[in-house]
Amino acid sequence: MIEPPASEPLLAVNGVHAGYGGSEVLRGVDFAVYAGEIVTVLGANGAGKSTLSMTISGVIKSWQGSIRFKGAAIERKPPADIVAQGLIHVPEGRRIFPNMTVRENLDLGTYRRARSRRAANRDRVFAAFPRLAERQSQRAGTLSGGEQQMLAIGRGLMAEPELLLLDEPSLGLSPLLVEELFALIKGIHAQGIALLLIEQNVVQSLEVAQRAYILDNGCVVLEGPATDIEKDPALRRAYLGL
Amino acid sequence: MLSPVILLPAILNGLMTGAIYALVALGLTLIYGVLHIINFAHGALLTAAMFAAFFAYTLLGLDPYLAVFVLAPLFFVAGYALQRFVIGPAAHGEDRNFLLVTLGLAVLIENALLYFFRADTRTIDLPYAFNVIELGPAFIAVPRIVAFVTVIVVALALWAIMQWTDTGKAIRAVAREKLGAELCGINVTHIFAITFGLGTACVAVAACLLIPTYYVNPTAGEAFVLIAFTVVVLGGMGSVAGALIGGLCVGVIESLSSVFFGESLGQIGIFASFIVTLLVRPSGLFGARA
Ligand SMILES: Nc1ncnc2c1ncn2[C@@H]1O[C@H](COP(=O)(O)OP(=O)(O)OP(=O)(O)O)[C@@H](O)[C@H]1O
Ligand SMILES: [Mg+2]
Repeated sequence: MIEPPASEPLLAVNGVHAGYGGSEVLRGVDFAVYAGEIVTVLGANGAGKSTLSMTISGVIKSWQGSIRFKGAAIERKPPADIVAQGLIHVPEGRRIFPNMTVRENLDLGTYRRARSRRAANRDRVFAAFPRLAERQSQRAGTLSGGEQQMLAIGRGLMAEPELLLLDEPSLGLSPLLVEELFALIKGIHAQGIALLLIEQNVVQSLEVAQRAYILDNGCVVLEGPATDIEKDPALRRAYLGL
Repeated sequence: MLSPVILLPAILNGLMTGAIYALVALGLTLIYGVLHIINFAHGALLTAAMFAAFFAYTLLGLDPYLAVFVLAPLFFVAGYALQRFVIGPAAHGEDRNFLLVTLGLAVLIENALLYFFRADTRTIDLPYAFNVIELGPAFIAVPRIVAFVTVIVVALALWAIMQWTDTGKAIRAVAREKLGAELCGINVTHIFAITFGLGTACVAVAACLLIPTYYVNPTAGEAFVLIAFTVVVLGGMGSVAGALIGGLCVGVIESLSSVFFGESLGQIGIFASFIVTLLVRPSGLFGARA
C-alpha cells in the first residue's frame, strides 16, 4: 500500500548513534516530531533519553546518522546555531545561572534569538509565571526547586521556540506542581509550539502527548499514538516496570 | 616612628603600588573565575606588554599613557587569539593540559624576548616621571596617581561590562553554568577567548602604567604576577572585587612592612599575610566559603 506523502517533519532523527568516549549509548535511534505535535520519549533510567536530547541540541556530537530540523541538517552544527534556528532545549537538572537574578536568567534566553523582543517576551513569561515576576531581582540559586524549574522553562520560552525540548521537567516537583506543569505544557502547545517531552511521569505524559516513543538501551523499541501505548499493559510492564 | 607623617605617605604609596597589583590580579582572577584555569603565561604576557610599551615610546615616541589605547585593544586581540586558536585547542578541555600549555607559552615568550632583547634592563625617561603632587604630608609621584586612577576606572569599566552588557552576562553565565549557557545559544569557546582577551588587556594596561617608573627585562613581569597570585588568593579566587581590594591591601602591607622592617624586607609582609590568609580563611576575603 502506498502511503500518502506526509509533510516533512519539523524534527527528523534517523539512525543516530552517539555516546561518551568509547561507549555507545544511542544505537541507531529513529524518530520524528511534526509541527504542532507533543511527542513524548519514555524509558527507564539510563535508557539514553538525556543523551538523545543532548545529541539533538548539538552538545554531544552524533557518531553517525542524520538529524534534520525544519528540513536542514543540524547534526554537525554547534548548539548556538541550533538555538538560533528555534530548537530550544530545557535540560535535565534545570541548569539555570544560580549567581544571576531571575531577570538576568530570562534575558539570557534571548541571547541568540528574539533579542529585539526581549522585554515583550519577558512580560509574557512573567504573566505565565507570576511567582517569577515577584522574584525578578532574586538570585536564581535561592529559588525553590519548583521555581527554578519554572525559570528554566521560562528561559526557554524567551527564545520563541518552534520546538521545545523538555528533559524531565517534572523532576523533583510536588504532585500539585506536576499538575500545573502539565497544564503549562498544554498551554505552550496551544500556542502552536511543538514539544518533545522526555519524562518519567508516564501516565501524564501519555495523556498530553499525541505520539510516544519508548527508548530502551539506546534503541526505540516501541512507537505509536500515545493512546495505544497507554492501553498496552504488556509493553508498559516490559519497559517501564509498571 | 609611628607618626602619621611617616605612616600616611607609606599608606598612600602602598595604595598606588597596590593598584597595579590589583590590575594584574584582576586579569588573573577573571580568567580563573571563568575558565577555571590558572594562566601561567600571565607574567610573560605582562613582560611582553612592557616591552611593547617600551618600544612604543623609544621607537615611535608614543607616550605610555597614549600607547595604552593601542596596546590594550592589541593585547585583547592577542589574548583572544591565543585562547581560541592555541590554548583552547591544545588543552582539549583538560585542566592539566591548560596548565602545561600556559606554562609552555610562558617559557616560549620569555625566551623569545631574551633572544631578541637579551637580559638587559631598560628604562625610559619621561619628563614628568618625577613630578610629585602634595597630598597632606605626603608627596606622591604623578605616575602613581595616574596608575591608581586608571586602575579604578578599569575596574569600574569591567564591572559595568559584567553587569550590564549581554557579553558580560554571558561571561558570568559561562563561569557558573556552562551547559546552561550553551543551551541559551552562548558560544562558550568565544566567551572563553573574550575572557582571556580581557585578562590579557588588563596586563597591557598595567604595563603602560608601570613603564614610566619601572624597568623592563625579559623577566620583569614575573615579580608582579607572583604578588598577583597572592592577591588572588587573598581576595578569593575568581572574585573581581576581591582582586581590587586584595591588591590595594597587599600594596599597603608591602609599603608598611618596608617602613617597619626596612626596604628590602617589604615583601615579607606580603607573604606572611598570604600564609595567614591560607590558614585562617583559605577561600580568601571574598571567595565563596567551602
Ligand atoms: N557524561 C557522561 N559520560 C559517560 N557516560 C555517560 C554520561 N552521561 C550519561 N552517561 C551514560 O549514558 C547512559 C544513558 O544516560 P542518559 O543520561 O542518557 O539516560 P537517561 O535515559 O536520561 O536516564 P535518566 O532517566 O536517569 O535521566 C547511562 O548508562 C549513563 O551512565
Ligand atoms: Mg535523563
